[in-house]
Amino acid sequence: MSSEAKEGTSMPDVRLVNVTKRFGKIVAVDNVSLHIKDKEYFSILGPSGCGKTTLLRLIAGLIEPDEGEIYIGDRLVNNVPPEDRDIGFVFQTFALFPHMNAWENVTYGPRVKGFDMKKAERIGHEVLEMVRLHERLDAFPHELSGGMMQRVAVARALAAGAKLLLLDEPLGHLDAKVRNELRYEIRRMTKDLELTAIHVTHDQSEAMAISDRIAVMKKGKVLQVGTPQELYMNPQSIFVANFIGGANFLEGFIAEATDKTATVELRGGVKVQVVNKGLSKGEKAVLAVRPEVFSIKRGESRSENSISGVVERVAFEGTNLRYEIRLDNQDLIVVVTPSLSGEWFNIGEKITVSFQPDRAHLFAYPEAGLREELAVE
Amino acid sequence: MGLRLINLPKKFVEKLDKLSSKSIIKYGIYLTAVLLFFALILIPPILGIIIKWGTVGEIFGDAELLDRALNAIRNSFSIAVFVSALDVVAGVPMAWLITRSKSKWINILDTLADVPFIVPTAVLGYSLLLFWYKPEEISPLFTYSLVSPGWLLVALLHFTFSYPVVVRVIVGALLDYKIEYEQASRTLGAPPFTAARTVTLGIIKPSLIAAFILAFARSISETGATMMVAGVFSQNGYAKALFENGPIFIQNMKDDFYRGLRDQSIYEGATVFASLLLIVISCLVFAVIRILGGKIKLLVKRARPTLERKVSYSSAALIRNGITLLIFLAVVLIPSLFAVLPAFEALPTDALPKALSGVSPWDEYWRSLIRSYSLGVTVTVLNILMGLPMAIIIARRRLGKVSSALNVLVDIPIIVPSVALGASLRFFWKETLAFIPDILLLVFAHLAITYPYFVRSMSAAVERISLELEEASRTLGAKPLCVFRTIVFPLTKYSMFSGAIMVFTRSVSETGATLAVTQLKTAPVVLVDWVKGKIAVTPLEIGLGCGFLILISFIILLALRLVVRGKGRY
Repeated sequence: MSSEAKEGTSMPDVRLVNVTKRFGKIVAVDNVSLHIKDKEYFSILGPSGCGKTTLLRLIAGLIEPDEGEIYIGDRLVNNVPPEDRDIGFVFQTFALFPHMNAWENVTYGPRVKGFDMKKAERIGHEVLEMVRLHERLDAFPHELSGGMMQRVAVARALAAGAKLLLLDEPLGHLDAKVRNELRYEIRRMTKDLELTAIHVTHDQSEAMAISDRIAVMKKGKVLQVGTPQELYMNPQSIFVANFIGGANFLEGFIAEATDKTATVELRGGVKVQVVNKGLSKGEKAVLAVRPEVFSIKRGESRSENSISGVVERVAFEGTNLRYEIRLDNQDLIVVVTPSLSGEWFNIGEKITVSFQPDRAHLFAYPEAGLREELAVE
Repeated sequence: MGLRLINLPKKFVEKLDKLSSKSIIKYGIYLTAVLLFFALILIPPILGIIIKWGTVGEIFGDAELLDRALNAIRNSFSIAVFVSALDVVAGVPMAWLITRSKSKWINILDTLADVPFIVPTAVLGYSLLLFWYKPEEISPLFTYSLVSPGWLLVALLHFTFSYPVVVRVIVGALLDYKIEYEQASRTLGAPPFTAARTVTLGIIKPSLIAAFILAFARSISETGATMMVAGVFSQNGYAKALFENGPIFIQNMKDDFYRGLRDQSIYEGATVFASLLLIVISCLVFAVIRILGGKIKLLVKRARPTLERKVSYSSAALIRNGITLLIFLAVVLIPSLFAVLPAFEALPTDALPKALSGVSPWDEYWRSLIRSYSLGVTVTVLNILMGLPMAIIIARRRLGKVSSALNVLVDIPIIVPSVALGASLRFFWKETLAFIPDILLLVFAHLAITYPYFVRSMSAAVERISLELEEASRTLGAKPLCVFRTIVFPLTKYSMFSGAIMVFTRSVSETGATLAVTQLKTAPVVLVDWVKGKIAVTPLEIGLGCGFLILISFIILLALRLVVRGKGRY
């Protein structure tokens, strides 16, 4: 990157303090506080309508918060218009100006900032180098493929010389194949340029693959912030356990409880031992067990933390085998095993599934009910 | 359900549906629509001028008349260019205010912007004449005459009636425009003014050009209202004008001829000459705009950040909105409605019972009113019958390359000034079918003028419906007519309503072509006669005549609006 583009003053960490945004009666962003560190690749992840795009637009200044404060670097930016926030924004639809060709789009930022033409052109060439787009610079947006439009959009945002890159579902409009390639490329570029990036997505695998940290949002609230590993290994809510990685949810109540362990009696009377997270005896509980945590044995066995059932459906997914298993208590669970190691089981076969106590996550039964808690819309 | 056009017996509808899948029927309908377009709308005005081509030399023998004609044409174009440019410049901030303001009051402004639509143009002309030139006729309170008849007053008039149209076009473009482009521009460092200039206006440029062309064409064509403010008077028997533009010159020639003051050949020669110049120069202007329009770039190399930043924020925006509102109120809204005042003044006097009893001159007024509105209805129905198949042919490219050609040809009547169109229509029909009744000529003239507007709005509406919907309907077993009944019609009926309203109001207002094509009098023609003093009436009576016309137009538009309002925008 050019020296010009690096001229930014303070290093942009982003802080949101108790930020709320309402649209009529809907609270799109509900008292959110976040700290995104300098040079971090940060994702905001959540189902559609959870307020993640609103949050990004608040940071960009495209909308103003009703309450709370937003800081970029040391500067309170609540009343700073978007053009003065020193940001780059990549829109989901790319928003490439249809009446300008690729080159004019890319150099738009330097030009409206009043840079002289030579400087604008140099920056333009540098960012195009970076997104590996040299041909078709005189093509208009409607003449470009989705992947190319995306590259132009990123190049345009970078050319403005910002240190903070905001990406609103930047890969949402692309084919699966292109999406997978570009997501690593975007991360690489932001790291090379030492940018802070905030990436909004509803795709958990995308967020997991490229983020330093992720904030999971639901209904305007941030439920949990952490590294991909933290969110996967230690989800703090049923919703996060389900949204990151997916899980089977087994209902029951606490039969025995100590500070460290709890015995959960599942429906149908099967008892399992898990790590306790502050629940006490008699409480209604939900046990989240990821599909890949279970191991399967043929026939019935009575070892610890094992439940017997019957294979109801098998799907070969390439890397994995995906089993749907009807447990004896009539709960239906999903179990995933690697297809290249271990046994394969057939439909109708009697089996026993088991899991290690520290691999299951125990939660109090949600007040609103399990279905409501898991709902993504 | 809203699926059925009319509640026809089911069996009959099924039979029609079945018939519609026969290509001979389908293409028969399309072909008829195309033939009618050529026979009634496109060919006659062109041939009319060609038939009388031989008389054009006449005017070159009369240097004074030639000079007068050239001067009139010059006036037409100088006013049209000035007014259309001003329209776009003043229309953009107004449309911006209407679409972007978050204030609740903006709805009122939005509705008020349409008010000049409901005032028939002839009434509008009288209203402006009162406002700018002789306000003392309204009340002794207003004693200052601000503008005298002539170039400036005509320009003001043309601005007043084209401004609402231009604002509507730009509002439509801004509503369709994706605000994301502007936001992208802001995040790249452009202050609001720069973003609007380089991105928004750049993207809606085609609509700005369309608005300019629309205003230009209306300005070149308009006759009735222009006559009101041009200050025509008689001198030595000849109609003499303080001010003439193309349409008024043609009208004066005709007046002179009918009063036996000029030879037929001079009248025809002068008319053909003026019409031809209006048409040719209009075509040239449109061609130049089309070619140059694509090349004008609003971002010239780079921005001037400090200056543009200054005009972007609060105080500058406040001043801009203030000026916009002032122009709208002082130049458009209040002058448009000024004629209502004498109508109210007339209410307590004996003018009202006299008007209602229908004694002279009101007998002619009421007859003309009935003629105007039945003409409006006839022309609207004919437009739907002839224009709908044409709109589908164009939007769905049903006839391949012919469709593309028709797409261009349909617009031709828009660029032909209506008074020239009326004159040449008369030449054509009277030469070919001398016995043709004048009322039919009137229908043809109004049809030719309104047809492009209807076809344009309908074909745009049909284009907006995804072809996949029609295909889905076909795969589910619907015959072509059934597809139209159940898919296309329900999704376009509101466009059809608004197209019909446009046609109707345009027909009721039209004066130039009416005067050129026949001696039959429609309501605006009668009002023009009254204002010009051809018939002895009092100012109060003129006011009352204008008032009735506004009232009836208002009731009709309101009724149609109630039918259309709030229902399914898909």
